[in-house]
Amino acid sequence: MRPLLLNIAAVVVVLGLASAFPWLKIPLILSLCYGLAALGIVVLLKAGQISFGHAMYACISGYAVAFLGRQFPSADGVLLVVAGTLASVIAGMLIGAFVVRYREIFFGMLNLAISMVLFTILGKFYSVTGGTDGLRINRPTLFGAQLSRDPFEIVLLVLVLAISLVAIWGVQRYFLSSGGQALAAIKTNETRLEYLGVSAKKVLWKGYVLSASLCGLSGALFGLSQGLVTPEMGYWLRSGEFVFIAILGGAGHAVGAFVGALIYEFLKMYAAALVSGSWQMVLGAILIVIIYFLPKGITGLINRRKRLGGGAV
Amino acid sequence: MTALLQTNDLTLAFGGLVVANGINFSLEEGERLAVIGQNGAGKTTFINICTGLIKPNKGRVSLSGQDITGQSPRKIVKQGMARSFQLPQLFLEHTVRECLQLSAVARSGSLSSWSLLSGGSRAIEIDRMLDLISLRDRQDELCINLPEGQRKLLDVGMSLMLEPKLLILDEPTSGVSTEEKHGVMEILMHALDEQKVTAIFVEHDVDIVKRYATRVAAWISGAIAADGTPASVLNNPLIQREVLGE
Repeated sequence: MRPLLLNIAAVVVVLGLASAFPWLKIPLILSLCYGLAALGIVVLLKAGQISFGHAMYACISGYAVAFLGRQFPSADGVLLVVAGTLASVIAGMLIGAFVVRYREIFFGMLNLAISMVLFTILGKFYSVTGGTDGLRINRPTLFGAQLSRDPFEIVLLVLVLAISLVAIWGVQRYFLSSGGQALAAIKTNETRLEYLGVSAKKVLWKGYVLSASLCGLSGALFGLSQGLVTPEMGYWLRSGEFVFIAILGGAGHAVGAFVGALIYEFLKMYAAALVSGSWQMVLGAILIVIIYFLPKGITGLINRRKRLGGGAV
Repeated sequence: MTALLQTNDLTLAFGGLVVANGINFSLEEGERLAVIGQNGAGKTTFINICTGLIKPNKGRVSLSGQDITGQSPRKIVKQGMARSFQLPQLFLEHTVRECLQLSAVARSGSLSSWSLLSGGSRAIEIDRMLDLISLRDRQDELCINLPEGQRKLLDVGMSLMLEPKLLILDEPTSGVSTEEKHGVMEILMHALDEQKVTAIFVEHDVDIVKRYATRVAAWISGAIAADGTPASVLNNPLIQREVLGE
Protein backbone atom coordinates (compact mmCIF):
# COMPACT_ATOMS: atom_id res chain seq x y z
CA MET A 1 0.00 0.00 0.00
CA ARG A 2 2.73 2.42 1.01
CA PRO A 3 4.74 2.09 -2.21
CA LEU A 4 1.58 2.79 -4.20
CA LEU A 5 0.92 5.93 -2.18
CA LEU A 6 4.52 7.06 -2.65
CA ASN A 7 4.24 6.49 -6.40
CA ILE A 8 1.05 8.51 -6.56
CA ALA A 9 2.66 11.24 -4.48
CA ALA A 10 5.66 11.32 -6.85
CA VAL A 11 3.38 11.62 -9.88
CA VAL A 12 1.29 14.35 -8.26
CA VAL A 13 4.32 16.37 -7.15
CA VAL A 14 6.15 16.15 -10.48
CA LEU A 15 3.13 16.82 -12.68
CA GLY A 16 1.83 19.45 -10.24
CA LEU A 17 5.13 21.32 -10.37
CA ALA A 18 5.22 21.07 -14.15
CA SER A 19 1.72 22.52 -14.56
CA ALA A 20 2.21 25.25 -11.93
CA PHE A 21 5.57 26.30 -13.39
CA PRO A 22 5.67 25.37 -17.09
CA TRP A 23 9.36 26.33 -17.33
CA LEU A 24 10.09 23.48 -14.92
CA LYS A 25 9.14 20.81 -17.46
CA ILE A 26 12.56 20.58 -19.08
CA PRO A 27 14.56 20.67 -15.80
CA LEU A 28 12.28 17.93 -14.49
CA ILE A 29 12.73 15.79 -17.61
CA LEU A 30 16.48 16.28 -17.43
CA SER A 31 16.54 15.42 -13.71
CA LEU A 32 14.69 12.19 -14.36
CA CYS A 33 17.02 11.36 -17.26
CA TYR A 34 20.00 11.95 -14.99
CA GLY A 35 18.26 9.83 -12.36
CA LEU A 36 17.93 6.91 -14.79
CA ALA A 37 21.61 7.11 -15.66
CA ALA A 38 22.62 7.42 -12.00
CA LEU A 39 20.48 4.37 -11.28
CA GLY A 40 22.73 2.52 -13.73
CA ILE A 41 25.71 3.63 -11.65
CA VAL A 42 23.94 2.53 -8.47
CA VAL A 43 23.65 -1.00 -9.91
CA LEU A 44 27.44 -1.08 -10.27
CA LEU A 45 27.92 0.45 -6.81
CA LYS A 46 26.03 -2.55 -5.42
CA ALA A 47 28.88 -4.70 -6.68
CA GLY A 48 31.38 -2.25 -5.19
CA GLN A 49 32.42 -1.08 -8.66
CA ILE A 50 32.38 2.37 -10.16
CA SER A 51 32.54 3.43 -13.79
CA PHE A 52 33.86 6.76 -14.98
CA GLY A 53 32.70 6.11 -18.52
CA HIS A 54 29.05 5.24 -18.38
CA ALA A 55 27.97 8.40 -20.19
CA MET A 56 29.10 6.53 -23.31
CA TYR A 57 25.96 4.38 -23.11
CA ALA A 58 23.74 7.45 -22.93
CA CYS A 59 25.71 8.80 -25.88
CA ILE A 60 25.46 5.61 -27.94
CA SER A 61 21.74 5.53 -27.37
CA GLY A 62 21.32 9.22 -28.14
CA TYR A 63 23.21 8.91 -31.43
CA ALA A 64 21.26 5.78 -32.33
CA VAL A 65 18.07 7.81 -31.89
CA ALA A 66 19.49 10.61 -34.06
CA PHE A 67 20.66 8.27 -36.84
CA LEU A 68 17.40 6.34 -36.90
CA GLY A 69 15.36 9.53 -36.70
CA ARG A 70 17.13 10.76 -39.87
CA GLN A 71 16.86 7.44 -41.63
CA PHE A 72 13.21 6.93 -40.77
CA PRO A 73 11.62 10.37 -40.24
CA SER A 74 8.22 8.83 -39.61
CA ALA A 75 9.44 6.57 -36.77
CA ASP A 76 7.62 7.18 -33.50
CA GLY A 77 9.53 8.66 -30.55
CA VAL A 78 8.74 5.66 -28.35
CA LEU A 79 10.14 3.33 -30.99
CA LEU A 80 13.29 5.46 -31.20
CA VAL A 81 13.74 5.24 -27.42
CA VAL A 82 13.42 1.46 -27.57
CA ALA A 83 15.88 1.23 -30.46
CA GLY A 84 18.37 3.59 -28.80
CA THR A 85 18.26 1.62 -25.57
CA LEU A 86 18.72 -1.58 -27.50
CA ALA A 87 21.86 -0.12 -29.11
CA SER A 88 23.38 0.59 -25.70
CA VAL A 89 22.36 -2.85 -24.43
CA ILE A 90 24.28 -4.45 -27.28
CA ALA A 91 27.25 -2.15 -26.66
CA GLY A 92 27.04 -2.97 -22.95
CA MET A 93 27.07 -6.69 -23.69
CA LEU A 94 30.20 -6.41 -25.83
CA ILE A 95 32.15 -3.92 -23.73
CA GLY A 96 30.93 -5.61 -20.54
CA ALA A 97 32.33 -8.97 -21.60
CA PHE A 98 35.74 -7.31 -21.61
CA VAL A 99 35.61 -4.97 -18.59
CA VAL A 100 34.02 -7.38 -16.07
CA ARG A 101 37.39 -9.12 -15.89
CA TYR A 102 38.68 -6.11 -13.99
CA ARG A 103 37.82 -4.56 -10.65
CA GLU A 104 37.89 -1.25 -8.89
CA ILE A 105 40.27 1.36 -10.30
CA PHE A 106 41.02 -0.74 -13.40
CA PHE A 107 37.33 -1.26 -14.04
CA GLY A 108 36.63 2.45 -13.60
CA MET A 109 39.50 3.61 -15.79
CA LEU A 110 38.87 1.08 -18.56
CA ASN A 111 35.32 2.32 -18.87
CA LEU A 112 36.66 5.86 -18.94
CA ALA A 113 39.18 4.97 -21.65
CA ILE A 114 36.58 3.33 -23.87
CA SER A 115 34.21 6.26 -23.42
CA MET A 116 36.96 8.69 -24.46
CA VAL A 117 37.66 6.69 -27.61
CA LEU A 118 33.98 7.00 -28.48
CA PHE A 119 33.98 10.71 -27.65
CA THR A 120 36.93 11.30 -29.96
CA ILE A 121 35.44 9.26 -32.81
CA LEU A 122 32.18 11.20 -32.59
CA GLY A 123 34.06 14.49 -32.62
CA LYS A 124 36.32 13.65 -35.57
CA PHE A 125 34.08 11.88 -38.08
CA TYR A 126 32.31 15.04 -39.10
CA SER A 127 30.63 13.67 -42.21
CA VAL A 128 28.88 10.89 -40.30
CA THR A 129 28.45 12.25 -36.79
CA GLY A 130 28.28 15.97 -37.36
CA GLY A 131 31.49 16.39 -35.38
CA THR A 132 31.43 18.47 -32.22
CA ASP A 133 28.23 20.18 -33.40
CA GLY A 134 26.43 16.88 -33.06
CA LEU A 135 23.23 15.85 -34.78
CA ARG A 136 19.80 17.42 -34.63
CA ILE A 137 16.83 15.23 -33.81
CA ASN A 138 13.61 16.45 -35.39
CA ARG A 139 10.67 16.22 -33.05
CA PRO A 140 9.12 12.80 -33.80
CA THR A 141 5.56 11.73 -33.20
CA LEU A 142 4.81 10.40 -29.72
CA PHE A 143 2.37 7.49 -29.52
CA GLY A 144 1.41 8.32 -33.10
CA ALA A 145 0.57 11.98 -32.46
CA GLN A 146 2.48 14.87 -34.01
CA LEU A 147 2.67 17.42 -31.20
CA SER A 148 3.82 21.00 -30.97
CA ARG A 149 6.58 21.81 -28.52
CA ASP A 150 4.59 22.35 -25.35
CA PRO A 151 2.36 19.27 -25.45
CA PHE A 152 5.36 17.25 -26.68
CA GLU A 153 7.23 18.20 -23.52
CA ILE A 154 4.25 17.33 -21.34
CA VAL A 155 3.85 13.89 -22.92
CA LEU A 156 7.60 13.34 -22.74
CA LEU A 157 7.61 14.27 -19.05
CA VAL A 158 4.81 11.79 -18.35
CA LEU A 159 6.65 9.14 -20.33
CA VAL A 160 9.96 9.75 -18.53
CA LEU A 161 8.21 9.74 -15.17
CA ALA A 162 6.44 6.46 -15.93
CA ILE A 163 9.67 4.87 -17.16
CA SER A 164 11.49 6.10 -14.05
CA LEU A 165 8.91 4.62 -11.69
CA VAL A 166 9.02 1.28 -13.52
CA ALA A 167 12.83 1.40 -13.45
CA ILE A 168 12.90 2.04 -9.69
CA TRP A 169 10.55 -0.85 -9.10
CA GLY A 170 12.37 -3.19 -11.48
CA VAL A 171 15.84 -2.42 -10.18
CA GLN A 172 14.70 -2.71 -6.58
CA ARG A 173 13.23 -6.10 -7.41
CA TYR A 174 16.52 -7.10 -9.05
CA PHE A 175 18.43 -6.04 -5.92
CA LEU A 176 16.28 -8.41 -3.84
CA SER A 177 16.57 -11.30 -6.33
CA SER A 178 19.16 -14.01 -5.97
CA GLY A 179 21.11 -12.58 -8.91
CA GLY A 180 21.05 -9.11 -7.36
CA GLN A 181 22.19 -10.44 -4.00
CA ALA A 182 25.01 -12.30 -5.72
CA LEU A 183 25.96 -8.99 -7.34
CA ALA A 184 26.15 -7.41 -3.88
CA ALA A 185 28.26 -10.37 -2.76
CA ILE A 186 30.91 -9.41 -5.33
CA LYS A 187 31.53 -6.35 -3.20
CA THR A 188 32.30 -8.31 -0.05
CA ASN A 189 33.69 -11.65 -1.16
CA GLU A 190 34.25 -12.76 -4.69
CA THR A 191 36.41 -15.72 -3.62
CA ARG A 192 33.51 -17.24 -1.73
CA LEU A 193 31.20 -16.69 -4.65
CA GLU A 194 33.55 -18.70 -6.87
CA TYR A 195 33.74 -21.41 -4.20
CA LEU A 196 29.96 -21.63 -4.25
CA GLY A 197 30.27 -22.48 -7.92
CA VAL A 198 29.05 -19.09 -9.11
CA SER A 199 30.82 -17.14 -11.83
CA ALA A 200 31.37 -13.66 -10.42
CA LYS A 201 32.15 -12.39 -13.93
CA LYS A 202 28.83 -13.58 -15.25
CA VAL A 203 26.96 -12.04 -12.32
CA LEU A 204 28.75 -8.73 -12.81
CA TRP A 205 28.21 -8.89 -16.58
CA LYS A 206 24.45 -9.08 -16.10
CA GLY A 207 24.56 -6.13 -13.71
CA TYR A 208 26.75 -4.26 -16.18
CA VAL A 209 24.33 -4.78 -19.05
CA LEU A 210 21.48 -3.60 -16.84
CA SER A 211 23.43 -0.48 -15.91
CA ALA A 212 24.27 0.17 -19.59
CA SER A 213 20.63 -0.19 -20.52
CA LEU A 214 19.55 2.31 -17.87
CA CYS A 215 22.13 4.81 -19.11
CA GLY A 216 20.96 4.10 -22.64
CA LEU A 217 17.34 4.73 -21.73
CA SER A 218 18.45 7.98 -20.15
CA GLY A 219 20.40 9.04 -23.24
CA ALA A 220 17.56 8.33 -25.67
CA LEU A 221 15.07 10.36 -23.62
CA PHE A 222 17.64 13.10 -23.07
CA GLY A 223 18.25 13.33 -26.81
CA LEU A 224 14.53 13.57 -27.57
CA SER A 225 14.00 16.28 -24.96
CA GLN A 226 16.93 18.35 -26.25
CA GLY A 227 16.35 17.73 -29.93
CA LEU A 228 20.11 17.44 -30.24
CA VAL A 229 22.90 14.99 -29.48
CA THR A 230 26.54 16.05 -29.17
CA PRO A 231 29.73 14.18 -28.23
CA GLU A 232 29.56 16.02 -24.88
CA MET A 233 26.88 13.49 -23.92
CA GLY A 234 29.62 10.89 -23.67
CA TYR A 235 32.36 13.09 -22.22
CA TRP A 236 33.98 11.95 -18.98
CA LEU A 237 32.59 14.98 -17.15
CA ARG A 238 29.10 13.67 -17.82
CA SER A 239 30.10 10.24 -16.51
CA GLY A 240 31.42 12.03 -13.45
CA GLU A 241 28.09 13.77 -12.99
CA PHE A 242 26.30 10.39 -13.00
CA VAL A 243 28.69 9.13 -10.34
CA PHE A 244 28.23 12.33 -8.32
CA ILE A 245 24.45 11.89 -8.38
CA ALA A 246 24.67 8.21 -7.47
CA ILE A 247 26.84 9.03 -4.45
CA LEU A 248 24.62 11.93 -3.49
CA GLY A 249 21.54 9.70 -3.58
CA GLY A 250 23.23 6.62 -2.18
CA ALA A 251 23.07 2.99 -3.20
CA GLY A 252 20.71 1.93 -0.42
CA HIS A 253 17.58 2.10 -2.55
CA ALA A 254 16.88 2.57 -6.25
CA VAL A 255 14.93 5.74 -5.52
CA GLY A 256 18.15 7.37 -4.25
CA ALA A 257 19.39 8.01 -7.78
CA PHE A 258 16.33 10.11 -8.57
CA VAL A 259 16.38 12.02 -5.28
CA GLY A 260 20.05 12.70 -5.96
CA ALA A 261 19.32 13.78 -9.54
CA LEU A 262 16.58 16.23 -8.52
CA ILE A 263 18.78 17.76 -5.84
CA TYR A 264 21.69 17.93 -8.25
CA GLU A 265 19.76 19.55 -11.06
CA PHE A 266 18.25 22.20 -8.82
CA LEU A 267 21.48 22.85 -6.95
CA LYS A 268 23.17 23.37 -10.28
CA MET A 269 20.43 25.74 -11.38
CA TYR A 270 20.52 27.85 -8.23
CA ALA A 271 24.27 27.70 -7.77
CA ALA A 272 24.66 28.89 -11.36
CA ALA A 273 22.29 31.78 -10.67
CA LEU A 274 23.96 32.77 -7.38
CA VAL A 275 27.64 32.38 -8.20
CA SER A 276 27.53 32.07 -11.94
CA GLY A 277 31.26 31.81 -12.52
CA SER A 278 32.02 29.19 -9.90
CA TRP A 279 28.97 27.00 -9.44
CA GLN A 280 31.15 23.89 -9.61
CA MET A 281 32.75 25.04 -6.36
CA VAL A 282 29.39 24.87 -4.60
CA LEU A 283 28.83 21.34 -5.93
CA GLY A 284 32.32 20.31 -4.86
CA ALA A 285 31.75 21.60 -1.34
CA ILE A 286 28.47 19.70 -1.17
CA LEU A 287 30.12 16.47 -2.34
CA ILE A 288 32.73 16.82 0.41
CA VAL A 289 30.01 17.32 3.01
CA ILE A 290 28.06 14.32 1.71
CA ILE A 291 31.06 12.00 1.73
CA TYR A 292 32.06 13.18 5.18
CA PHE A 293 28.70 13.11 6.93
CA LEU A 294 26.55 10.85 4.75
CA PRO A 295 28.86 8.27 3.22
CA LYS A 296 25.84 6.20 2.24
CA GLY A 297 24.08 9.14 0.62
CA ILE A 298 20.56 10.34 1.23
CA THR A 299 19.00 6.87 1.11
CA GLY A 300 21.56 5.84 3.72
CA LEU A 301 20.06 8.50 5.97
CA ILE A 302 16.55 7.17 5.39
CA ASN A 303 17.60 3.56 5.99
CA ARG A 304 19.37 4.57 9.19
CA ARG A 305 16.26 6.32 10.50
CA LYS A 306 14.16 3.31 9.58
CA ARG A 307 16.47 0.96 11.46
CA LEU A 308 16.54 3.20 14.53
CA GLY A 309 12.76 3.46 14.43
CA GLY A 310 12.48 -0.32 14.21
CA GLY A 311 14.37 -0.68 17.46
CA ALA A 312 17.15 -2.82 16.02
CA VAL A 313 20.41 -1.32 14.87
CA MET B 1 36.04 -49.10 -5.80
CA THR B 2 37.45 -45.79 -6.99
CA ALA B 3 38.82 -43.50 -4.32
CA LEU B 4 36.85 -40.32 -3.64
CA LEU B 5 39.93 -38.16 -3.94
CA GLN B 6 43.17 -39.30 -5.46
CA THR B 7 46.39 -37.52 -6.31
CA ASN B 8 49.26 -38.95 -8.34
CA ASP B 9 52.75 -37.54 -8.18
CA LEU B 10 51.50 -34.04 -7.34
CA THR B 11 54.43 -31.68 -7.65
CA LEU B 12 54.74 -27.92 -7.27
CA ALA B 13 57.73 -25.70 -6.66
CA PHE B 14 57.96 -21.94 -6.25
CA GLY B 15 61.47 -21.40 -7.64
CA GLY B 16 63.72 -23.53 -5.47
CA LEU B 17 61.12 -24.06 -2.78
CA VAL B 18 59.36 -27.37 -3.24
CA VAL B 19 55.91 -27.15 -1.66
CA ALA B 20 54.48 -30.37 -3.05
CA ASN B 21 56.96 -33.14 -3.65
CA GLY B 22 55.35 -35.92 -5.63
CA ILE B 23 52.33 -36.48 -3.42
CA ASN B 24 50.50 -39.77 -3.93
CA PHE B 25 47.42 -39.87 -1.81
CA SER B 26 43.98 -41.33 -1.81
CA LEU B 27 40.90 -40.89 0.31
CA GLU B 28 37.93 -43.20 0.62
CA GLU B 29 34.36 -42.24 1.19
CA GLY B 30 33.39 -41.81 4.83
CA GLU B 31 36.85 -40.98 6.12
CA ARG B 32 37.67 -38.10 8.46
CA LEU B 33 41.22 -37.27 7.62
CA ALA B 34 43.22 -34.89 9.79
CA VAL B 35 46.13 -33.19 8.07
CA ILE B 36 48.90 -32.11 10.41
CA GLY B 37 52.23 -30.43 9.85
CA GLN B 38 54.33 -27.43 10.78
CA ASN B 39 53.62 -24.07 9.20
CA GLY B 40 55.03 -24.08 5.68
CA ALA B 41 54.95 -27.86 5.38
CA GLY B 42 52.62 -27.59 2.38
CA LYS B 43 49.25 -28.48 3.89
CA THR B 44 47.35 -25.50 2.58
CA THR B 45 49.17 -25.73 -0.76
CA PHE B 46 47.94 -29.29 -1.07
CA ILE B 47 44.38 -28.13 -0.43
CA ASN B 48 44.76 -25.23 -2.82
CA ILE B 49 45.93 -27.56 -5.58
CA CYS B 50 43.09 -30.03 -4.95
CA THR B 51 40.44 -27.29 -4.96
CA GLY B 52 41.79 -25.61 -8.07
CA LEU B 53 43.21 -22.41 -6.63
CA ILE B 54 46.76 -23.25 -7.77
CA LYS B 55 47.84 -25.43 -10.67
CA PRO B 56 50.49 -28.09 -10.01
CA ASN B 57 53.67 -28.28 -12.12
CA LYS B 58 53.12 -31.98 -12.51
CA GLY B 59 50.75 -34.69 -11.39
CA ARG B 60 47.06 -35.38 -11.38
CA VAL B 61 44.12 -34.86 -9.04
CA SER B 62 40.97 -36.87 -9.49
CA LEU B 63 37.63 -36.76 -7.76
CA SER B 64 35.56 -39.97 -7.93
CA GLY B 65 37.75 -41.08 -10.81
CA GLN B 66 37.27 -37.85 -12.81
CA ASP B 67 40.40 -35.88 -13.63
CA ILE B 68 40.03 -32.39 -12.16
CA THR B 69 43.64 -31.24 -12.39
CA GLY B 70 43.93 -27.54 -13.11
CA GLN B 71 40.19 -26.93 -13.29
CA SER B 72 38.83 -23.73 -11.76
CA PRO B 73 37.48 -23.79 -8.19
CA ARG B 74 34.04 -23.12 -9.62
CA LYS B 75 34.06 -26.26 -11.77
CA ILE B 76 35.50 -28.39 -9.00
CA VAL B 77 32.84 -27.23 -6.55
CA LYS B 78 30.19 -28.24 -9.05
CA GLN B 79 31.66 -31.74 -9.14
CA GLY B 80 31.23 -32.17 -5.41
CA MET B 81 34.31 -30.90 -3.59
CA ALA B 82 33.70 -27.89 -1.36
CA ARG B 83 36.02 -26.18 1.08
CA SER B 84 35.94 -23.90 4.05
CA PHE B 85 38.65 -21.42 4.87
CA GLN B 86 41.16 -20.70 7.61
CA LEU B 87 39.86 -17.14 7.53
CA PRO B 88 36.10 -17.58 7.07
CA GLN B 89 35.04 -16.27 3.67
CA LEU B 90 31.61 -14.79 4.21
CA PHE B 91 29.49 -12.12 2.59
CA LEU B 92 30.01 -9.65 5.39
CA GLU B 93 27.20 -7.29 4.40
CA HIS B 94 24.66 -10.11 4.15
CA THR B 95 22.85 -11.78 7.01
CA VAL B 96 23.57 -15.34 8.14
CA ARG B 97 20.39 -16.52 6.51
CA GLU B 98 21.09 -14.74 3.23
CA CYS B 99 24.53 -16.36 3.04
CA LEU B 100 22.96 -19.79 3.29
CA GLN B 101 20.25 -18.82 0.81
CA LEU B 102 22.90 -17.76 -1.69
CA SER B 103 24.60 -21.13 -1.20
CA ALA B 104 21.36 -22.97 -1.79
CA VAL B 105 20.65 -20.99 -4.96
CA ALA B 106 24.21 -21.54 -6.15
CA ARG B 107 23.89 -25.29 -5.68
CA SER B 108 20.72 -25.54 -7.72
CA GLY B 109 22.21 -23.20 -10.33
CA SER B 110 19.02 -21.15 -10.22
CA LEU B 111 20.50 -17.69 -9.87
CA SER B 112 17.83 -15.39 -11.22
CA SER B 113 17.51 -11.67 -11.77
CA TRP B 114 13.86 -11.87 -10.89
CA SER B 115 12.86 -14.46 -8.28
CA LEU B 116 13.53 -13.27 -4.75
CA LEU B 117 16.44 -14.65 -2.79
CA SER B 118 14.16 -15.12 0.18
CA GLY B 119 11.83 -17.30 -1.94
CA GLY B 120 9.84 -19.73 0.17
CA SER B 121 10.76 -23.05 -1.41
CA ARG B 122 14.16 -23.22 0.28
CA ALA B 123 13.06 -22.16 3.76
CA ILE B 124 12.95 -25.66 5.25
CA GLU B 125 16.43 -26.69 4.21
CA ILE B 126 17.83 -23.32 5.35
CA ASP B 127 16.19 -23.75 8.75
CA ARG B 128 17.61 -27.23 8.99
CA MET B 129 21.12 -26.00 8.23
CA LEU B 130 20.76 -23.14 10.71
CA ASP B 131 19.90 -25.72 13.36
CA LEU B 132 22.78 -27.97 12.34
CA ILE B 133 25.32 -25.19 12.75
CA SER B 134 23.55 -23.74 15.82
CA LEU B 135 23.00 -20.32 14.28
CA ARG B 136 19.21 -20.31 14.21
CA ASP B 137 18.95 -17.52 16.75
CA ARG B 138 21.45 -15.39 14.83
CA GLN B 139 19.98 -15.87 11.38
CA ASP B 140 19.17 -12.20 10.86
CA GLU B 141 22.52 -10.94 12.10
CA LEU B 142 24.89 -9.38 9.59
CA CYS B 143 27.94 -11.60 9.18
CA ILE B 144 30.23 -8.73 10.04
CA ASN B 145 28.84 -8.80 13.60
CA LEU B 146 29.54 -12.49 14.20
CA PRO B 147 32.36 -13.60 16.50
CA GLU B 148 35.06 -15.80 14.97
CA GLY B 149 33.64 -19.12 16.18
CA GLN B 150 30.28 -18.45 14.58
CA ARG B 151 31.95 -17.21 11.43
CA LYS B 152 33.72 -20.55 11.18
CA LEU B 153 30.43 -22.39 11.62
CA LEU B 154 28.71 -20.33 8.95
CA ASP B 155 31.66 -20.75 6.60
CA VAL B 156 31.28 -24.52 6.88
CA GLY B 157 27.49 -24.26 6.75
CA MET B 158 27.67 -22.43 3.42
CA SER B 159 29.86 -25.20 2.03
CA LEU B 160 27.56 -27.91 3.37
CA MET B 161 24.57 -26.27 1.69
CA LEU B 162 26.25 -27.23 -1.58
CA GLU B 163 25.76 -30.90 -0.61
CA PRO B 164 29.33 -31.84 -1.45
CA LYS B 165 30.71 -35.37 -1.52
CA LEU B 166 33.90 -34.12 0.05
CA LEU B 167 34.51 -31.10 2.24
CA ILE B 168 37.95 -29.77 3.01
CA LEU B 169 38.18 -27.68 6.16
CA ASP B 170 41.26 -25.52 6.45
CA GLU B 171 41.98 -25.10 10.18
CA PRO B 172 38.38 -25.06 11.40
CA THR B 173 39.39 -24.12 14.94
CA SER B 174 42.19 -21.61 14.34
CA GLY B 175 41.35 -18.22 15.79
CA VAL B 176 38.74 -19.78 18.06
CA SER B 177 39.35 -19.58 21.81
CA THR B 178 40.45 -22.78 23.57
CA GLU B 179 37.18 -23.04 25.49
CA GLU B 180 35.12 -22.80 22.32
CA LYS B 181 37.24 -25.11 20.15
CA HIS B 182 35.64 -28.38 21.17
CA GLY B 183 32.17 -26.90 20.96
CA VAL B 184 32.81 -25.71 17.40
CA MET B 185 34.30 -29.06 16.37
CA GLU B 186 31.44 -30.95 18.01
CA ILE B 187 28.89 -28.98 15.99
CA LEU B 188 30.86 -29.32 12.76
CA MET B 189 31.41 -33.05 13.06
CA HIS B 190 27.78 -33.61 13.91
CA ALA B 191 26.78 -31.59 10.85
CA LEU B 192 29.18 -33.62 8.68
CA ASP B 193 27.70 -36.85 10.00
CA GLU B 194 24.17 -35.68 9.38
CA GLN B 195 25.00 -34.67 5.83
CA LYS B 196 27.08 -37.82 5.31
CA VAL B 197 30.02 -35.84 4.00
CA THR B 198 33.56 -37.15 3.79
CA ALA B 199 35.99 -34.61 5.21
CA ILE B 200 39.61 -33.57 5.34
CA PHE B 201 40.56 -31.08 8.01
CA VAL B 202 43.81 -29.31 8.64
CA GLU B 203 44.38 -29.09 12.36
CA HIS B 204 47.13 -28.17 14.81
CA ASP B 205 45.45 -29.24 18.03
CA VAL B 206 46.44 -32.85 18.83
CA ASP B 207 43.49 -33.35 21.18
CA ILE B 208 41.08 -32.48 18.41
CA VAL B 209 42.89 -34.72 15.95
CA LYS B 210 42.74 -37.65 18.37
CA ARG B 211 39.11 -37.14 19.08
CA TYR B 212 37.64 -36.56 15.64
CA ALA B 213 39.90 -38.06 12.99
CA THR B 214 39.68 -41.61 11.67
CA ARG B 215 42.95 -41.15 9.84
CA VAL B 216 45.90 -38.76 10.08
CA ALA B 217 48.35 -37.62 7.41
CA ALA B 218 51.45 -35.74 8.56
CA TRP B 219 53.16 -33.31 6.17
CA ILE B 220 56.88 -32.55 6.25
CA SER B 221 58.52 -30.35 3.57
CA GLY B 222 55.85 -30.79 0.95
CA ALA B 223 55.48 -34.54 1.30
CA ILE B 224 53.43 -36.96 3.39
CA ALA B 225 55.80 -38.30 6.06
CA ALA B 226 53.28 -40.56 7.74
CA ASP B 227 49.75 -41.64 6.95
CA GLY B 228 47.58 -44.01 8.99
CA THR B 229 45.42 -44.32 12.05
CA PRO B 230 45.66 -41.46 14.57
CA ALA B 231 47.43 -43.68 17.07
CA SER B 232 50.08 -44.90 14.64
CA VAL B 233 50.87 -41.47 13.23
CA LEU B 234 50.81 -39.54 16.49
CA ASN B 235 53.07 -42.15 18.17
CA ASN B 236 55.53 -42.19 15.29
CA PRO B 237 58.86 -40.87 16.73
CA LEU B 238 59.65 -38.89 13.55
CA ILE B 239 56.29 -37.17 13.63
CA GLN B 240 56.57 -36.49 17.36
CA ARG B 241 59.94 -34.84 16.82
CA GLU B 242 59.39 -33.00 13.54
CA VAL B 243 55.68 -32.16 13.57
CA LEU B 244 54.43 -32.19 17.13
CA GLY B 245 57.68 -30.80 18.56
CA GLU B 246 57.66 -33.12 21.54
